[in-house]
This record gives sequence, C-alpha cells and structure tokens, in this order.
Amino acid sequence: MKERNLGVILILASVLGIVLLNSAFIVDETEQVVIIQFGEPMGEPTQTPGLHWKTPFIQDVKKFDKRILNWDGYPSEVPTRDKKFIWVDVTGRWRIADPLKFLQTMHDERNAQSRLDDIMDGITRNHITRHNLVDVVRSTDRILGIKTEGEDIMADDKTYEKTEIGRDAITRNILEEAKTIIAEYGIELIDLRIKRVSYIPSVQQKVYERMISERKRAAELLRSEGQGVRAEIEGKRDKELQRISSEAYRDAQKLRGQADAEATQIYGDAFSKDPDFYAFTGSLERYPEALKHGRLVMTTEGEFFKYLKKIE
Amino acid sequence: MDINYPNQGMPKLPPLKPGPWIIPVILISLILSSINTIFYQVGPDEIGVVQQFGKYVRLSDPGLRFKLPFGIETVRRIKVTHIFKEEFGFRTVTAGTRTVYAGREGFYGENVRVNRQMRPGSDDPFLEESLMLTGDLNMAIVEWIVQYTVKDPVQFAFRVRDPRETIRNMSEAVMRLIVGDHSINEVLTAGRMNIQEEVEKKLQELLDDYGAGIAIRNVILQDVTPPNEVKPSFNEVNEARQEQEKVINQAWEAYNSVIPKARGQAEQILREAEGYSLQRINRAKGDAERFTLTWEAYKQAPIVTKKRLYLEMVEKVLPGIEDKIIIDEAQKGILPLLNLNPPKKGGEPS
Repeated sequence: MKERNLGVILILASVLGIVLLNSAFIVDETEQVVIIQFGEPMGEPTQTPGLHWKTPFIQDVKKFDKRILNWDGYPSEVPTRDKKFIWVDVTGRWRIADPLKFLQTMHDERNAQSRLDDIMDGITRNHITRHNLVDVVRSTDRILGIKTEGEDIMADDKTYEKTEIGRDAITRNILEEAKTIIAEYGIELIDLRIKRVSYIPSVQQKVYERMISERKRAAELLRSEGQGVRAEIEGKRDKELQRISSEAYRDAQKLRGQADAEATQIYGDAFSKDPDFYAFTGSLERYPEALKHGRLVMTTEGEFFKYLKKIE
Repeated sequence: MDINYPNQGMPKLPPLKPGPWIIPVILISLILSSINTIFYQVGPDEIGVVQQFGKYVRLSDPGLRFKLPFGIETVRRIKVTHIFKEEFGFRTVTAGTRTVYAGREGFYGENVRVNRQMRPGSDDPFLEESLMLTGDLNMAIVEWIVQYTVKDPVQFAFRVRDPRETIRNMSEAVMRLIVGDHSINEVLTAGRMNIQEEVEKKLQELLDDYGAGIAIRNVILQDVTPPNEVKPSFNEVNEARQEQEKVINQAWEAYNSVIPKARGQAEQILREAEGYSLQRINRAKGDAERFTLTWEAYKQAPIVTKKRLYLEMVEKVLPGIEDKIIIDEAQKGILPLLNLNPPKKGGEPS
C-alpha cells in the first residue's frame, strides 16, 4: 500500500513540477516579454525583471531585448547639393520601446534591421542632397588653422567654405524625421551619427590631384622665398664688401694725401731757406745716376775743364 | 517485466523497498548536485552581478561566494579593472607587430562585418576605418586607439547590448566628427593633442547619455598621414622647407666668410697707407734735416764748400762715362771729325 502511495505521490509531484515549470517564466534585466495565447498577444508586455506567472501550456512567451541595440547601415552613394558624390555610412542606437507593436509590425530583430536600413537610407539621402558637402563634414565654424609652425605655407587666396548648418544639425534633422516614422514600429531611435563619409573613386582622385597641386604650389613658394632671401643676403654682402673696400680706399688715400702734404710742407720749409743752394745740391746729387754710361760732349768752358786750358 | 524479455534496459535491482530512508537520500543527492550552483568564484579583477530570477539583487566582491542554487540566482562576472582597447585603422597581431591590412577576416577569425561596413569595390577594411575627410575637404589616414574600463558593472551588464560594437561605431563617428572640423595641417601636426582630447570628451559624453557604464580612459592617435597617393607631394613640401633653410644658411655662411676677410683686407690697406705715410714723413724729415745741416755747414764757407761739392760730383760722374769728348769752346763744326760709331773695345782710332 505504502509503495503505491509513494509512487502516486512521485507521479503527482512530477506532474505538478512540469505544470509549475510551464507556468513560471523568468524575465532577465535585459529582457522584456510578450505573452502569446493561441498566436495572439495578450495584455501588456512584461518589462519588470523577475519571476512571473502565466497560464501553462496555453500561453507562450516571446522575449525581446530591452537593451540599447546597435544599428549600422550600408554605405550608400549620395550626391550633395554641390554635386559631390560621396559614400555615407550612418549608424544608430535604438531600442524596442513597445514590444507589442514591435512584434506586430516587425516580428523580429532581423526584420527590423533590414527595415531600418531601407528607411534610414531614404531619409539620409534626402537630407544630404539638400546641403553642400562642407555641411556634412564640418560641425563648427572655428577657423581652420592653415599655418604650420608659425609660417603660412599656403598662398591662400581662397577662403575656406563656410557651413550653413553643419554636421550636427543635419544628423539631428535626420534623427527627428526618422524617430517619428520608426516609432510606429514600436522602436525608439535614440541616436544617429554619421559614421563615415568618403568620396567615390573618381571624386577621390580629383581631390588627390587638388591636394597634390596645392602642396606643389606651397613647395614652389617655399623655394622661391628661399631664393629671394638668399638674393637679399647676397646683395647685402656685396654692398657691405663695396662699402668696406671703398671706405678703406678712401681712408688710405686720405692718409697718404696727408702724408704727402706734410712731406711737401717739410721739404718746402727746409728748402725754401735757400732755394739756390737746394738747386745746386739737388742737381749735383742727381748727376751720377743720370749720367751712368754713354757719351758726353763737354767744352773747356765748364768749371771742371777750365784748368785744362789755363791755370786761373 | 515480461518474462520473455528479461532485459529491457532496466538494471537488475534487488527489490527495493521504499522506506523513510528515501527522503534523506533525495536530500543528499539534491545537495551534492547543487554544490556547483551554490558556490562561485569572483576573480580579483572582477565584480559579480547577481540576479535572482532575472532581477538584479546585489554585487559580489572578489573571492568565494554563495548564491541560491539551481538557477534561482545567476551571476555575471564583469572585469572592472581591466583596460580594454579598441584599435582603428590597424590591428596589433602580436605585441610589437602591427599591420594595417587584414583582408576580409579579422585576425582572430572574427567577422569584420566586411560586407556591411565597406564600400563596394573596396578591399581594405582598415583603410575604410582610417581614411577620412578633414575640415578643408582634404583626406587623411588616421589611426587611433581607444582605451576604456567599466565604471558601473550593473549598467554595463544591463543597459547596452554589445558595448564593444557600440564603442567602435561611436568612436569612428566621433573621430570623424572632430577631424572634420580641423584642417589637414592641424590633423597632421599641431592639432593632434587637441583632437584626442575632444574625441575623448565627446565619446564619454555620448556613452554617459546611453548609461553604458563605461569610462573612456584614453584616446590616442597613432599614425596620422596623408593618403599614399599624396604623400610624395607632402614630403616635397617638407623637403622644400628644408631646402629653403639650407639655401638661407648657405647664403649667411658665404656672407660670414667673406665679410671678415674683406675687413681684414681693409685693415691691411689702411696699415699700408699708414706705413707709407710714416715712411714719407720720416724720409722728408730726414732729407730736410740733412739739407738743413749741410746748408748750415755750407754757410760757414760757402764758396769753398760749393767747389768741393762740385768736384766730388764730377769725381763720381766722369769715370763712369766711357766716351768723353772735350772740345774747345771756340771750336765750331766738329761733325766731319767725329766718329759717330760707338767706341770699340781696345780703342782703335778710326
């Protein structure tokens, strides 16, 4: 008797256990749950974590993530208002705000991702074609530093493009528009960012060419500036050389002149004491050198030879 | 048990009489099987986040801990001191080696989600991460890393699914946002520190908005270069700048070597002039003195001195003259008698 009772108890216990297992469900902190009865959602979704109860076997549980989810779109080719073709890659953060609506419209996340792709692509495209490229790239109006190490290496005749509204504003507009559309699907779009912007290959090539020519121009400018400074220095050098040598010449000549003048003065002072005597001794001094060789014809009238003729 | 099929998979047991002993057996087996689900370890760099029936109840410090068994309570271990690192534009393969090309698969076999993130026709996922537009609509290749830690394990566990992917997407978006507001020159050189700080700040701001429980420790730029096609022309600018400096230096060098020399020469000229003037004046003085002294002596006996001086001069002059012809004063017309040929050696009369 006891055996059968125990057996029955065991069987009853296990049946009870199974029923219990099927009427309780755990909702994790990261989950939210919709109860399905005969394929139809029942009541409000359960969003508080913990242990919850449902009708066993008849009711089933569909779980959804409660967390913030990532969405990353495909890069798409979009022309800007100023006809620049760019690749734009947008990324967003979203969550399932209303799991019931989500279940009814999207059914699951995979579906939602691809729907998001389509919707976001369209909206993004619309907004970007309305603005110039510079608005998609820049977010503030700060002056771009074009100087490098204190020198202005770009001969800049063009001013950098001004933004009209800027990147932040564009993404905010896209977000606003997308938010309302997507809310119909029980999705809350929390945040949207432009993740990547790049040029299509043909435009990229042109940009490279522009960059190259700008650099070449800067290099040329540097070189010619260098040549200019060098010419300046060389000119300075030549001028200085001229100055030094001409001043030296001037001063030297002055000295020599002064010396000559003084010498003349000295001679003059001395010789003018007796000009005749000077003429006499001066000539006498110079005859030996002047009459070194050759032939001399003299008469007996001269001072030296007069004694050849007679005694007095 | 059918007698025709003695073994139906059931072990042969002696007939078991269920009795009161069965209850302790059940209890003991329950306890043994639950040991695994009661004890757990939290590592020294971790914090345990404990949930009861899915609801968060408490945190666990490192060490050996207890919780309710059989899945009533579950624990997630979160590393709270570990510094996570995300790389952009390159991947470090092993410590010290890095590459900027990985092909379609990440290094650890991870799916780099190539199809989704890359432009069609592009084959370098790292370049896709690093090539970006600057504020002056030029392009630059920017590599960087983001280092972060978990600052709130509860938020980290429950608020954001896939924090790593979120951080990656946000980092790329924020870096491009900030770089898009700087010129290429700033990005390549002077603006690096600024850009790092701004990205760090903005990234933290956004993550806090989501309540992700993450603290950004560092944003550090690595290689920042112009695109390969353009690099040579950038190098050209650097070279031109160096060349310019060199040319200017050379000019100054030439200046500095020539000018002092010229000054030296100028000095020399002046010295020579001074020497000349000294010499000139001294000679003049000397000559004048000599004349004056001679004159004063002459004044004592002028006639005799004059004659003497004259004779001394003749003595010096006449011996040197080979051909002397003395003619009487009165003699006229000497031409027919004159030998106009220079005198021969030996003095033969002609």
